[in-house]
Amino acid sequence: MSVLYAIFVDPFAQMAAAPDLLAQTIWEGLVGGVLYALIALGFVLIYKASGVFNFAQGIMMVFAALTLVGLHEKGVPAWVALGLTIAAMYALALGVERLVLRPLVNQPDIMLLMATFGLTYFLIGFGELVFGGNPKTMITKELWLPDGAIDLHILGGTVTLQKLDIAAAAIALAMVAGLGFFFQKTRIGRALRAVADDHQAALSVGISLEQIWVVVWFAAGVVALATGIMWGARSDVSFALQVVALKALPVLILGGLTSIPGAIVGGLIIGVGEKLGEFYWGPLLGGGIERWLAYFIALAFLLFRPQGLFGERIIERI
Amino acid sequence: MFYREAGQFKTSYAADMAIFPIRQDRIGLALILLVAFVAIPATGNAFLLETMMIPFLILSLAAIGLNILTGYTGLLSLGSAGFMGVGAFACYKLATYFPHVNILIWIVVSGVASSAVGVFFGLPSLRIKGFYLVVATLAAQFFLDWAFARVPWLYNYNDSGAIEVSTATLFGVPVTGPNATPATRYLVALTIVCAMAWIASNIVHGRIGRMWMAVRDMDIAAELIGIRLFRAKLLAFAVSSFYIGVAGAMMVFLWLGAAEPEAFNIDLSFQLMFMIIIGGLGSIVGAFFGAAIIHLLPIGLRALPAALGLNIAGATVEQLTFMITGALIIIVLIVEPNGLARLWQTTKRKLRVWPFPY
Repeated sequence: MSVLYAIFVDPFAQMAAAPDLLAQTIWEGLVGGVLYALIALGFVLIYKASGVFNFAQGIMMVFAALTLVGLHEKGVPAWVALGLTIAAMYALALGVERLVLRPLVNQPDIMLLMATFGLTYFLIGFGELVFGGNPKTMITKELWLPDGAIDLHILGGTVTLQKLDIAAAAIALAMVAGLGFFFQKTRIGRALRAVADDHQAALSVGISLEQIWVVVWFAAGVVALATGIMWGARSDVSFALQVVALKALPVLILGGLTSIPGAIVGGLIIGVGEKLGEFYWGPLLGGGIERWLAYFIALAFLLFRPQGLFGERIIERI
Repeated sequence: MFYREAGQFKTSYAADMAIFPIRQDRIGLALILLVAFVAIPATGNAFLLETMMIPFLILSLAAIGLNILTGYTGLLSLGSAGFMGVGAFACYKLATYFPHVNILIWIVVSGVASSAVGVFFGLPSLRIKGFYLVVATLAAQFFLDWAFARVPWLYNYNDSGAIEVSTATLFGVPVTGPNATPATRYLVALTIVCAMAWIASNIVHGRIGRMWMAVRDMDIAAELIGIRLFRAKLLAFAVSSFYIGVAGAMMVFLWLGAAEPEAFNIDLSFQLMFMIIIGGLGSIVGAFFGAAIIHLLPIGLRALPAALGLNIAGATVEQLTFMITGALIIIVLIVEPNGLARLWQTTKRKLRVWPFPY
C-alpha cells in the first residue's frame, strides 16, 4: 500500500503543494528538451537527405564547440573563431562526403550507420589530439550571450529563468524557422526534398547527390555548432557531452526519424518527462534515473507507434 | 602450393557439407589448437597471457554472442556491455550465496541470468526494427549500467561499490582470485571459449542458424515461409545474451579479478560492435579476427613508439589509437564490407588455385 502511495499519490501531492517548484522543474525540462531537440534536428536533416543515421552528430557537436573554444584560446577573436569554425564544419562535410559517403553509396543502411561509428571514434581522437582532452569553458560573453537570471514571482513562489536558457530557446526557434524557410522556399531546399523523396528520381532530373550531401552535412554541422555553444555554456565543453548527445536518440525515435517538428516535440516531451521523473519519482529509486528514463519514455511510445509520433508510416513489401 | 585439395574426394553428403571440407584446414585448426593449448601456456610470460591472450579470448566470446544477434539475425544492439555486466554480477551473487559449488558452473549458469534479461529487453524487437531497436538496446545499456551502481544488493553492500573475486579451486588448483596463475586462468578461459565457439558454430550452421539468417535477410519473407518471428528473434536474444553473459562473468572472474560498474559502460558495447564489423558480420571466425584487431592493435600501438625510439606522450598514443580505430572501421567498410572473415575466405580461394587466377 505504502509503495503504491509513494508512486501514485505522493508525487502529485508534492506537485500540488508547491506549484512554483513544479513550474521550475517543467521549465528546466523544456530547456533541456530544446537542446535535445537541436541535436535531434541535426540527425533528422542528414537522415532525410541521405538515409544515413548519423551517429556522429553528438561528436560533431563537441568537435564544433571545441574548435570554437580552442581557436579562441589560441588568440583568435571570438567572431573570427566562429567564422573559422563554420569553415571547419564545411571542410568536415566535404571530407565526409568525399571519403565516407561516396565510396559507400548504395550500401545497406546498416553499413552507413556503422561508418558513422567509425567517424565518431575518429573525431574523438582527432579532437583530443588537436585541442587536448581537458574540459574548456565556453566563451559566452564574447559571443554576446546573456547571463544572469530573471526571477518570476508567480504561483506563490519564485521561478528562476536563466537568460541563457531563454536565448537558447530563441536560437532554436530561429534555427527551425530558418531551416523551414530553407527547405520550402529555396532552390537547394527543393533539391533536398527531392533527394529525400527518391534518390534515383532526383538524380534523373539532374540534381547532384554529392552536392546535396555536402549541403546537408554542412547544415547539420552548423546546427551542431549552435547546439555545442548552448550545451557548452551550460556545462563545460568536454567529450562527456557526447553521452548527453546520445539522449537525442530517444528524442529522435519518439518524434519520428524524418520529421523536423517531430524532433522539437519529441525533445520537449523527453526533456520535461525526464526532469519530472527525476525530481518526483527519482528519490524512490535512489536517484540518477535521468540516465535511462528518456529511453524508457521513448520505448513506451514506440510500442504504440513504431514509426514515432510524426514519422512516415512504415510500409513493408516483399 | 601446399593448399591443394587434389585427391581429397568427398564420398558422402556429410563430408561435402563439412565446415572444414579441406584436409589442410583441419590440420591448420589442429595446429592452432595445439599452439593455443600447449605452446602458449608453456612458454608465454605473464604479460602475454594476462594482457593479451585472456582478454582476447573473452572479448572473442562476447563478439561471437553479439554476432549471433547482429550478424546472423540482423538485430542491432548497443546493450552488450550491460548484458556482460549482468553475467558478471549474477556470477558474483551466485558465488557469494553458494561458495562451495564449483565456480565454473556459476560462470556458465550466470549466462542464463543474462539470457533472461536479454529476452526481456529483446521483447520490443518484435515490434520495432532497425535504428529504432538500437535505442531500445541503449535503454537496456543505460538502465543496467545505472542498476550496477545504484542497487547495493548487487555488490553485497560493500563500501567500494566494486565486486571482487575470491579464490576458487578446480581439482585443487586455484582458478580464480589472486592466487590463480595466469596460465591456469588462460587454460580455463581457452577451454570455455573453444567449447562455446564450437557449439555456436554448430547452431549457426544448422536449422536455427538458417532461420536467423532468413529473418535477417527479410523478416516478412521469412514469416511467409513459416518462420515464427517471435520465437526466432527472442531465441537470438537469448542465445546471444547467454554468450555475452558468460563472457562478462569470465571477464571479472578470469581476467580482471575485480570490477567496478564503469567497466560495463557503453564504450565496451561500442568496442564489441567494432569487433564484429571489422571481423565480419555473420561469421564465427570473424569474431576472433575482430577481437584480435580491436584488442591487440592498441597494445601494439602503445608499444610501437618505444620500439621505434620515438618519444610520444601516452595520451597522444591513446588519441591516435582512437583515430586509427575509427579510420580502420571506415576503411574496412569501404574495402570489404563483409569484414576480415570474407578477406580470409577470398585469400583461401585464391591460394587453392594459385598460381592461376581462377
